[in-house]
Amino acid sequence: MIEQLTTLLWTMTKITMIVLPVTIGVAYFTYFERKVLGYMHSRRGPNRIGPLGLLQPFADVFKMLFKEVIVPTNANKFLFLLAPLLSLAPALAAWAVVPFDDWLVLADIDAGLLMILALTSLGVYGILLGGWASNSKYALLGGLRAAAQTVSYEIAMGFALVGVIVLSGTLNLTAIVEAQAGNIFTWYWLPLLPLFVIYFVSGVAETNRAPFDVAEGESEIVAGFHVEYSGAGFAVFFLAEYANMILVSAIAALLFMGGWLSPFAGIPVVGETILGEGGVHWFLLKTVVFCFLFLWFRATFPRYRYDQIMRLGWKVFIPITIVWIMVAGVFRVMGWFGG
Amino acid sequence: MPIIEIIFYLFSTVLVLSALSVITVGNAIHAVLFLILSFFSAACIWILLQAEFLAITLVLVYVGAVMVLFLFVVMMLDINVTSAKEGFARYLPAGVLVSLAMAVQLFLVIWTRGMETVPMPAAEGEDYSHTSAIGELLYSEYLYAFEIAAVLLLVAIIAAISLTHRRRPETKYQDPSRQVRVKREERLRIIKMKSEGEEG
Repeated sequence: MIEQLTTLLWTMTKITMIVLPVTIGVAYFTYFERKVLGYMHSRRGPNRIGPLGLLQPFADVFKMLFKEVIVPTNANKFLFLLAPLLSLAPALAAWAVVPFDDWLVLADIDAGLLMILALTSLGVYGILLGGWASNSKYALLGGLRAAAQTVSYEIAMGFALVGVIVLSGTLNLTAIVEAQAGNIFTWYWLPLLPLFVIYFVSGVAETNRAPFDVAEGESEIVAGFHVEYSGAGFAVFFLAEYANMILVSAIAALLFMGGWLSPFAGIPVVGETILGEGGVHWFLLKTVVFCFLFLWFRATFPRYRYDQIMRLGWKVFIPITIVWIMVAGVFRVMGWFGG
Repeated sequence: MPIIEIIFYLFSTVLVLSALSVITVGNAIHAVLFLILSFFSAACIWILLQAEFLAITLVLVYVGAVMVLFLFVVMMLDINVTSAKEGFARYLPAGVLVSLAMAVQLFLVIWTRGMETVPMPAAEGEDYSHTSAIGELLYSEYLYAFEIAAVLLLVAIIAAISLTHRRRPETKYQDPSRQVRVKREERLRIIKMKSEGEEG
């Protein structure tokens, strides 16, 4: 019994050590987003609270928490309050199987990739229920749009991951990264280039980010599914969205960019110095680069029209992924990559 | 292992109660949500049996995809609760008959298996992969059943598409390839004119 209790406590400690940095990461991701967008628009972004505006995220969080929680008339109160949590819980739970280094992972389970896919597919319930329970037309339309979009892009995303599974021959995330070891050209971004692009674009669509953010298209449906939320509920929805963005970036770094492996490994002179060694820092660096791409997209592209989104998902991405899975199979049989 | 048993009874209670609620609650959305909860609890029980691949697949396919579409459709329908309850007495005999038949079937299956308790599967070592074990079984011993199931699913997909795919001349839609091909000259006309300031 004592042994089980210590295991439980130790696991809880490890969970805290993952969830806390993720939450702080989310807080500073919002700051990063506002700064990056600011400079892309030729302005400075937040710079009033703390040095360089660094305390701005905390000011935002406390502002949100002290605001009144308003439940709309005739809303389904229980589901209305449950929905933000339903979107946050899977976004955080998926981090349990993410390996930060070859020894640094909370649950090194056999079907880790499948687990990630299953958990990210659960996040849509929060959006769908939040939209329905609000008893508002705009929220319902936003929720339905989000659900349709997530279901369509999940297929392309899943097929893109099948390519990775074919080359690496495993579902375990640690083993997938280890299968990419070598140099920067043995990482899977090269043999699976179309799948890599499709995975990341589907990730942007899954998290309902610009240019695929019709779920909260403010010019048509005000703010979509979270239009009726105030204070803490609104903050939790945003926490989930940003945690999902960081998760998609992390998975892209793990599956296609060699996770914690160093980009200098395998290069004659530089690769033998400390730069050639893998480590958590490389993983975090790659994740941040992908996070930056999210913001870059938002500052660059105008919003897609709804039918264009559906066409891209079903008629462009899914056929390409199916063809490239077969190409990956040929790579595997010929022994050109992996295996 | 008392903790495993506590977890098992917790999840099975949730499973049975939520499955009951699916047919007893009035609101259709709540019924769908209870169905999702029961799928999820079933997946948790499978994980206790060390069938993590099957459990995660259950969550991925049923909870993550099928039930989202279910919820999607139910949300768009305006279901009247009172009219749904109207035919209760009329359909009661048929319902009882169906549930009796199902109970007999279940009983027969359990009877042929014998009523002995199935032992808990022995815990495998850490490097034992249940995922590859199930893959090897599916592609060797149960290959025919597997392929037949795949063909059945394919037939169902094609049938569903051919049933719903009909030409409807009254619907308007955009042709994206024509939109992409459009040139500036077709949409924009540049007019040369004097600015107003020059005259005065």
